[in-house]
Amino acid sequence: MSVAKRDIVALEGVTKRFPGVVANDSVDLEIRPGEVHVLLGENGAGKSTLIGMLSGLQQPDEGRILVDGEPTAITSPRHALALGIGTVFQHMMLVPTLTVAENLLLGGPWWQRPKTEELEARVAEITRTLGITVKLHAKVSELSLGEQQQVEILRAMVRNSRLLILDESTSMLTPKGIDELGALMRRLVEQGLAIVFITHKLKEAAAFGDRISVLKLGRKVGEIPPERFRALGEQAIISEIVELMFGKQKDDPEAAERPVRTIRAEAAPLLEVRDLAVAPTDDAPGLSSISFDICPGELLGIAGIDGNGQKHLAEALAGQRATVGGSVRLQGTPIEALSVGERRQKGLRYLTDDRLGEGTVGTFPVSINFFLKQVGAAPFWRKGVEQRAEIDKRAAQLVREYDVRTPSLKTPVARLSGGNIQKVLLARELAEGAKVVIFNKPTYGLDLSNTLASRQRIRDTAARGLAVLLISTDLEELLSMCDRIAVISNGSLVGTVENADDARTKVGRLMIGLAA
Amino acid sequence: MSIDTAPAAGATALDATAAVATRRDIQHRLLMTLGPILAALIIAGCILLAVGVDPLAYYGFVLKRGLLSPLGIQQTLTRMAPLLFLAAGLIVAFRAGMWNLGGDGQFLLGAVTAAASAPVLVEVMPAWLALICSFVIAMLVAMIWSLVPALLRAYQGVNEIITTLMMTFLGTSLANVLVKLMFRDPGTTVPQTRTLPVEDRLPRLFDTTITSGLLLGLVAIITVHLVMTRTAFGLKLRIVGANPRAAIHAGLGVPKLTIAVFAISAGLAGLAGAVDILGVQGNVRADWNPAYGLAVIPVVFLARMNGFAAIGFVFLLSVLSIGGESAARRLGVPNHFTLVLVSIVLIVLALAEYIDHRYNQSRKA
Ligand SMILES: Nc1ncnc2c1ncn2[C@@H]1O[C@H](COP(=O)(O)OP(=O)(O)OP(=O)(O)O)[C@@H](O)[C@H]1O
Ligand SMILES: [Mg+2]
Repeated sequence: MSVAKRDIVALEGVTKRFPGVVANDSVDLEIRPGEVHVLLGENGAGKSTLIGMLSGLQQPDEGRILVDGEPTAITSPRHALALGIGTVFQHMMLVPTLTVAENLLLGGPWWQRPKTEELEARVAEITRTLGITVKLHAKVSELSLGEQQQVEILRAMVRNSRLLILDESTSMLTPKGIDELGALMRRLVEQGLAIVFITHKLKEAAAFGDRISVLKLGRKVGEIPPERFRALGEQAIISEIVELMFGKQKDDPEAAERPVRTIRAEAAPLLEVRDLAVAPTDDAPGLSSISFDICPGELLGIAGIDGNGQKHLAEALAGQRATVGGSVRLQGTPIEALSVGERRQKGLRYLTDDRLGEGTVGTFPVSINFFLKQVGAAPFWRKGVEQRAEIDKRAAQLVREYDVRTPSLKTPVARLSGGNIQKVLLARELAEGAKVVIFNKPTYGLDLSNTLASRQRIRDTAARGLAVLLISTDLEELLSMCDRIAVISNGSLVGTVENADDARTKVGRLMIGLAA
Repeated sequence: MSIDTAPAAGATALDATAAVATRRDIQHRLLMTLGPILAALIIAGCILLAVGVDPLAYYGFVLKRGLLSPLGIQQTLTRMAPLLFLAAGLIVAFRAGMWNLGGDGQFLLGAVTAAASAPVLVEVMPAWLALICSFVIAMLVAMIWSLVPALLRAYQGVNEIITTLMMTFLGTSLANVLVKLMFRDPGTTVPQTRTLPVEDRLPRLFDTTITSGLLLGLVAIITVHLVMTRTAFGLKLRIVGANPRAAIHAGLGVPKLTIAVFAISAGLAGLAGAVDILGVQGNVRADWNPAYGLAVIPVVFLARMNGFAAIGFVFLLSVLSIGGESAARRLGVPNHFTLVLVSIVLIVLALAEYIDHRYNQSRKA
């Protein structure tokens, strides 16, 4: 095989096996300066594993990695950084108890005092070009996941990387943020950087990429080189990708029509929230006088830039966060004084967006993670004793139903790919007994077909007469699913619009602070 | 939805290869446990050499006195009783992610209350009932003693490592004060509690000197193991230990569970004190503090908080400490050398783990 000298990094026949799966199967990949190399593939296709090897987290079982044409064993993340490879991982890698600045300074030589002033100047410069604001002195645990993602991008940039790897870094950004990131990537490759960009949104791939590689079940099944890329239009690229990934063609798979549902308007609201308030913390705005109703069968969306109180709202409703006022009624009964478990008993479900932080126990098997919120409940526990057979039976059923790709039910859930962990959460919250479901970014990290399937499931949930609150930064998602969309900004709802033809512009205006 | 996905990977298709992998895993685990122990023995041997003791003579003596002589093995098995209770208590706490390092204070308070109550109770009720009552009293006192760190951790988030350690200093002092001022036996000149007559103590097993407390200890630790691995309660505790945020998210009552963990852990430590007094010692002398609680901590780590493995390691610790006590008298090596040995094992084990990890990484590079 001839490796062009100009590749910054090249993979040759790289194979990586894990117990029960071949995550990468002799993959070849060339990463060139001046190119955005988009890596696509369904959940569990092996994208993050490939990135893990480039960033020194893991070592290939077979094959080799060439850096500047030289075979190199990238032995640790530190080594990768020294080689100029900076990575933004799919799951957050920041230290939650430290401030943003401290996180950015981590990894410097231990005998030197951290150069705070230098950092501040550098950050100011980068954030200006990026068009983002980062609270340098906020504690990471107080930031929303979207803000943390920005910090991660910033961290990779502060290190002067030659190769920047972004693993699903747009999953938490708003459409505007995504466009900005795209423009930034363009500027960076023009300066001669190489970028590897992983996403599940095909439009982003077509809009930001120069070269596309598609993985399927660990194998590279196709590549669109820059020459062809430029020759094809966006639609042609997308349909080619869809064909490579799923083997079937469809023009714009995401443009699903929103079915017109009839909501029984006369029915009493299932969820009534009045003047809900949460005290602000040091770094995050609180909530002030949040009020809304959701009727049975209704889907209410919450739009807004991440970090404007969405997480507080979800946690306050679920009972995980103390409120300072207001009332929450479920089917007419007040629940604001109940604990998390009691609210769940009453039929309230909360799908968190922090799947590894609080959604799962990473070291526990997949099977147990399905039932984390039902510990002790029959038929999985009888008289407090675990019924392994019942658990495994039901877990196997859910694995099949939700298409969770896992080597076995005993596999620790953290070993699954990001999208597959998300499926475990979805399966857990959508299973029986729900009346009101709060979805916080339900499809984040899911591949196209799973996104579509999950959206359909959520629609079906509402159609069964449940009340659904859908929090998302993805406007397309909200527009394709919701009956009404409320916009949250700085901890309060600044307006609610019916999801009719002009909803997009109205929501957009509300989001930038104009009246709808 | 017109887009097909490939069929899901069969969840059971790989069980056959998994069995082979499990066997290799167990072999690896054994090697990774026994290897470091051997290395630690060699290192400790070098230390002995350095202080002028023949390591082979020392180890031989320890083995003979702790394991091979009939009297020694009986003493070893008897010593296991309190250690098993303590280990059981630590397993509960550590699996729930709570570092109860106050075992010694809880142990001594349990011992003193058992020693104070049993001789009085036998005079008013049958011996077996008196024993049971003493056990219960010892357990309750230790539980109450753990309430301070438990409440602080549950509702204020105060780190329990610090509070339990402080409480253990207070507890040992309090136990001493109780012996000297409140429960002192007026019939003797040495400060100690009244002595429980030998015939009223826990029965011995068959014709040996082994206390039946050993059986109680085994029951305790096996029960704890099963509860932690097989029940909903145990799973809840493990969730709290493995990911406290997930526990809150899942709606578990974390503060109540925290208090329960401390109560169980301390209760078992109190029972350990009681079983030592009611089975072996018969009374508590002032300033008596065998410091079993601290010695058991590394053992529980070595066993990776597995109850059955802990039984094996507790046995080992018993052999070492009984043999070590004899060797101390004979060869002049201080008693505490046992602890030195155990901690060397622990350090070598940690190193082995690190090297193993690095080796796995570089082999694949
Ligand atoms: N540390 C690990 N141990 C065992 N199996 C693993 C490990 N990491 C990944 N895998 C497995 O390797 C396969 C590929 O996972 P990977 O995370 O690379 O997928 P992905 O393409 O990033 O998917 P997603 O889009 O869902 O993030 C999956 O089947 C996963 O279960
Ligand atoms: Mg991934």
